Formats: sequence, structure tokens, C-alpha cells
Amino acid sequence: MNGKRKFSLKSMSDTNLLLTITIVVFFLMYIGAMVFQGKGFLKAQTFFNILNANAALIITSCGMSLVMITGGIDISVGGVAALVSMCCAVFLDYKGGDVKGALLIALGIGLAFGIVQGYLVAYLDIQPFIVSLAGMFFARGMTTIVNTAPFNVANEEFVALKEHRITVPGFGSVNKLGVFVPAYVEIGVIVAILVVILLFIILRYTKMGRNFYAVGGNAQSALMLGINVRRTRFISHLICSLLAGIGGFVYFLHVGSGSASHAMGMEMNAIASSIIGGTMLTGGVGNIIGTLFGVLSLSTIQNIVSSAGLDQAWWTGITIAAMLCIFLVVQSIVMARKKKALK
Amino acid sequence: MSQAKQTANKGSFSLSKIVRNQIFIPIAALLLLALFNLIIDPTFFKVTLGYNSAGDPVLSGYLMTILDYGSELAILALGMTLVTAASGGQDISVGAAIAIAGSVILRVLCGTNSRPEEMQAPVIVAFLIACVVSMLFGAFNGALVAFFKIQPMVATLILFTAGRSIAAWINNNELPIISDPSFAVYGGFIPGVPIPTPFFIAMICVLVTALALKFTNLGLYTQAVGINESSSKLNGLNPAFIKFLSFVLLGLCVAVAGLIKVSRLSSINYSVIAKDIEMDAILAVALGGNSLSGGKFNMTASILGAYVIQFLTTTLYKFNVQSDALPAYKAVVVIILVVMSTPKAREILQSIGQKLKRTERTVA
Repeated sequence: MNGKRKFSLKSMSDTNLLLTITIVVFFLMYIGAMVFQGKGFLKAQTFFNILNANAALIITSCGMSLVMITGGIDISVGGVAALVSMCCAVFLDYKGGDVKGALLIALGIGLAFGIVQGYLVAYLDIQPFIVSLAGMFFARGMTTIVNTAPFNVANEEFVALKEHRITVPGFGSVNKLGVFVPAYVEIGVIVAILVVILLFIILRYTKMGRNFYAVGGNAQSALMLGINVRRTRFISHLICSLLAGIGGFVYFLHVGSGSASHAMGMEMNAIASSIIGGTMLTGGVGNIIGTLFGVLSLSTIQNIVSSAGLDQAWWTGITIAAMLCIFLVVQSIVMARKKKALK
Repeated sequence: MSQAKQTANKGSFSLSKIVRNQIFIPIAALLLLALFNLIIDPTFFKVTLGYNSAGDPVLSGYLMTILDYGSELAILALGMTLVTAASGGQDISVGAAIAIAGSVILRVLCGTNSRPEEMQAPVIVAFLIACVVSMLFGAFNGALVAFFKIQPMVATLILFTAGRSIAAWINNNELPIISDPSFAVYGGFIPGVPIPTPFFIAMICVLVTALALKFTNLGLYTQAVGINESSSKLNGLNPAFIKFLSFVLLGLCVAVAGLIKVSRLSSINYSVIAKDIEMDAILAVALGGNSLSGGKFNMTASILGAYVIQFLTTTLYKFNVQSDALPAYKAVVVIILVVMSTPKAREILQSIGQKLKRTERTVA
């Protein structure tokens, strides 16, 4: 018992420490942007636009964090998202389907990927990186096989849903004519927030959630505590792929088209967001709230870079990489110092 | 192979058996693919001697394509095998690093003008500068992995994200074109020699690696670190340095592959050059039967693996599979491969192998 309590206390403080760093960095960055760049960042809508554009990334990053907490990794999420949007687009426009059916397709694709990848990782002990690498290959290739040319979806029911805006009470800005324009979010943002809350509750308050941390922290001792390690790993991959499917649908809802080049690099952004949000790659440490702030930090810095006039495509890649690098090194240093302090 | 001898020197029978087993995987895959092509369409193996636009003799055919494009993969597989063995992870930034190396080569060759009439510097100078740059980027990856103890795949994710952007930035996003035909030799044909040059370059690299493995302790130390880091440390090795070194060496391989890549086009396309090659290189290592979680490695098997991967790619292309759809088929192959290499499947395979051996003995 004593050992268990010590272990969970230690990992909790790690989680909180990294979470605090992330949140502080995000607010510093956003306030810095407000002070130095002014105008755009002072509008509430700018913040909500960041949310609108990144709702899908938030959802997939949450799944990614879950897998990373359990000690795995899943790089197929971007491919799954692209496959989902292409399949939904084809289903809606060429097959005359409805939105409900499209949503079912999205969930089905996510589930299928989750079951296969989860089984290979958990029950056949294949490295998650290799399995999801193949998953990514497969999803990207399948997207082209389903349909090669990118196209916009014209289905009325879908377009109505895509254009649906939800106003946020209490926020907004006054435009040039002096009229108050309320801030709005898209449906995807609501889904993303629901996912974040749900996963936060699961990870913090349910037995299954605690199992994820235990397996990621030390699979051997988790096994000795009577946790079904294989099943826990399986479930983590299942949820991640399912969220990738949902994320793909939200992405589709945001862009409204199918294309093989959709969600390119989303897996990397998701991993980066999770890391920035304080999820440790070695497993056992992480927090969904941190992941949310990770996505926000990542997209805020992208906005800062592009509004600072450095809008050539390469700057985005370089800044994300630099940020990832800094956070990784900070994590590694913080952890090394903590370990020394404990000894 | 020298590696195999070194480990076999320890004198256990089971070790040599494992080595034999390992080489068996890529060879079996190669035979399977060859058989498949032979049955479907025997013209796959046709090699014709023709003349290119410059009037030099040139061998062409699917087999030459495999030899040509498989060579750059084989060069990468050399470095990737070392990195895999030492760190237990893979470098996913090689594609992006090739873009950087290629960009550097073109930058040096072109000087200030992006469309020079003649090269502004000798190719060897450009290549050496690219080597230094690639090794520096390798050192960056290596430092993150070795000294900051970050998982290799994640540490290299940084360069993977930024690499192509950096490559574009080196040339101000221009597309330099080298019109001098002597530059195209490295990715094409040496006048008078009908076999593609990349094959010779790959053979030189393989030879150098083989000599390095035979006459230095590089292979032994790498495996020791990969098998058990802390015990290798207790034996007086410096695991961090060995890991670091493996990434720097991979940087060198990347520079060579970069030279071949840009020489093929005499130009560069930052977002497409060497796309997905990291996946192929990792696959080559996996197909060679090397454990992806580090430890023992077999260089010959990796090299063979690289050519087998190219064999597969070429076969798929032959059946008019779109280049974008290619990954889906490769993924299926990967999954079959890894499932076959799991302990459960291995047991089944081994029992079959033993049965075969018994029958052989009775025949003899």
C-alpha cells in the first residue's frame, strides 16, 4: 500500500508541475501578443477563431495524450482523419447519404483502426510506433484509393451544419460602424470541449483512468497490482483511434471538403501539443487540460508568427519545431532534477 | 557479416542459428516477390541495353530501377541500422535531412545565382559541406537522444517538422537548377558504364561500413549499448557517446543519399524530395530481421532489406498503382511482416523449419 501511495503522489506532482509550466507559458505568450502585436489579439473573436480552426486537433490530441500516458504512441491519427473526411465527402456527395450516416462512417473507421491497432499493440506486443506507422500508411493510401481528386461537398444538410454558428454570450467586439458583433464558435468546438471534459473526468475519477497512468508509469508493477495491462493498452488505442475518427469528422465539418492531403502533419501537431501540454513520452504523466493548453499554445504561436509578417510557409514549421525542442529539453531537465532531488 | 563472426566467436550454437534465421527473412521475401513477378509477368526481369541521349550505353528495365533506387535506400539503411541498434529507436527525420543536404549542395554549387551556366564550386566541395551540415543535424538529434534522454522518434520529430522548411529557407525558396551534365553523373550513369552510379556509391558505402565494423569496435560497442545500457556503462563504455556517434554517422549517410537525390533531378522540390523515405529506411531495417528495440543487428540483412523494399515498390508501380496509393499496400506488407516476427508466429515458423531440417537429414 505504501509503495502505491508514494508512486501516485510522485506522478501527480510531476503532472501538476508540467501542467503549470504549460499554462503559464500560454498566458505569457497570449498577453505578450496582446501587448506587442495589439489589435488582432485584443478581439475575443481571434481567440475563438483559434478554437474553431483547431477543434479537430484538440480532439485528436486528447486521444494522443491518452495513448502517451499509457506509454504508447499513435501516429496514424492524421491519416485516419483524412480517410474519414474523404469517405464522408464521397458518401454525402456521390452516394447521396445523409449526415447521420456520415457520422456513423466516421465512428466506424475510427473503431476499426482502433481495434486492429490496439490488438496488434496490446496482444501481439508489436511496437506501437511501427503499428501506427503502418496504420498511417494504410489510411493515407486508402484515402487516394477511395477518391483521388479533392472536391468540395455540396450536400445541403451538411452545408447547413457546417455554416451553423453558436454565439458565445458575453464576448464580442464593436465593429467600425459601432455595432456589437457577438463572438461565435462552430459546432466542432462544442464537441471538442465535451471530449476534453469527458476525458478529464475519466482520467481523474474513474478506475480505468487511473489504470492508464499505472500502466504507463510502470507496466510491471501495474501487472503486479492486478491491472489487466493488455486490456488497458488496447482500450487506450481504441479510444485514441475513435477520437481520431471524431476529430476527422469535426475537421471535415470545418473544411467541408475531401482531399488526400487533408490533415497532413496532424499527428505531429497532436504529439507536439501533448508534449507541450506536459504529457511525458515515457508514459505515466500527463493531463488533458494541459493538452488543451498545448494545442492553444501551438496555434497561438502560429498566429503570432504569421501576424508578425513572417508568413512564409517555412517559418511555421521552424517555430513549431523550436517550441517542441524547448519543451522537450525543459521536460528532460525538470525530470532529471526531480529524480536527483528524490535520491 | 564480420559482426556475425564476432558474436559467433562467443561460441554458442544458438547465436549462429539466429543469424542464419535473420538473413533468411529478407531472402525469403525477395524470393517470394521474384516468384510472384515471374508468374504474373516474366518480362519484369527483362533488362535491355540501350543508349541515352548522350549516346552512352545504358541498361534499363525494372531490375535496373531496383538497383538504382534501392541503392540510396541501402545507404540510409546502413545508418538507420546503427541508430536502431544503439538507441532502440528510429530516426524519422532522414527524409527532411536529405532535403536539407540536397539544398545545401545546390546552394554551394549555384552560389548567388539560382540558374548558373556552370557550377560555381566543385561537386566534392559542395558534398563535403553537405556532409558537415548533415552531421551537425545528426549531432543535434544525437544530443537530444543521448544527453537529454528523449525518445529517438520524438527527438527526431523536431527535425522532421522543421527540416523541409529549413531546406526551403537555405535557398530562399527558389528552385535552383544545375544545367551542367557532369553533375547528373551521381544519380545517373557514368559515361561508358551501363550500370547506374548510385549502385557503385552504395557499394563504396557498404565496403567502408564493412571495414569499419571489421577493424573497429563500433559494431560490438553499438550492440552492447543497445542490449543493456547500464551494463555496458559498467564495462567502461560511454553509452551516451555511442548513441551520439550513431546519429552522426546516420547524418553522413543522409548526405550521400542527398547527393544522389539532387543529382537525379539536377534540382530540388522541397516538399516532395525523399518523401516517406524514412518509412522505407525503417522498413528495410525491420525487414532485415533486426529488432527495432535495439541490440543485435545484421548489416547485410538490412542492406538486402532495402533492395527488397525497392523491389516491392517497383512491383507495385508496375501494376499501375498510383504513387499516392502505394503506402496502403506497403502498410499491409509491414503488418504481415511484424505479425510474422512476433514470438507467437515465430514459434510456429520455427517448428516448421525444424520439420524441414529433419526431412533434409533423412534425405541425406
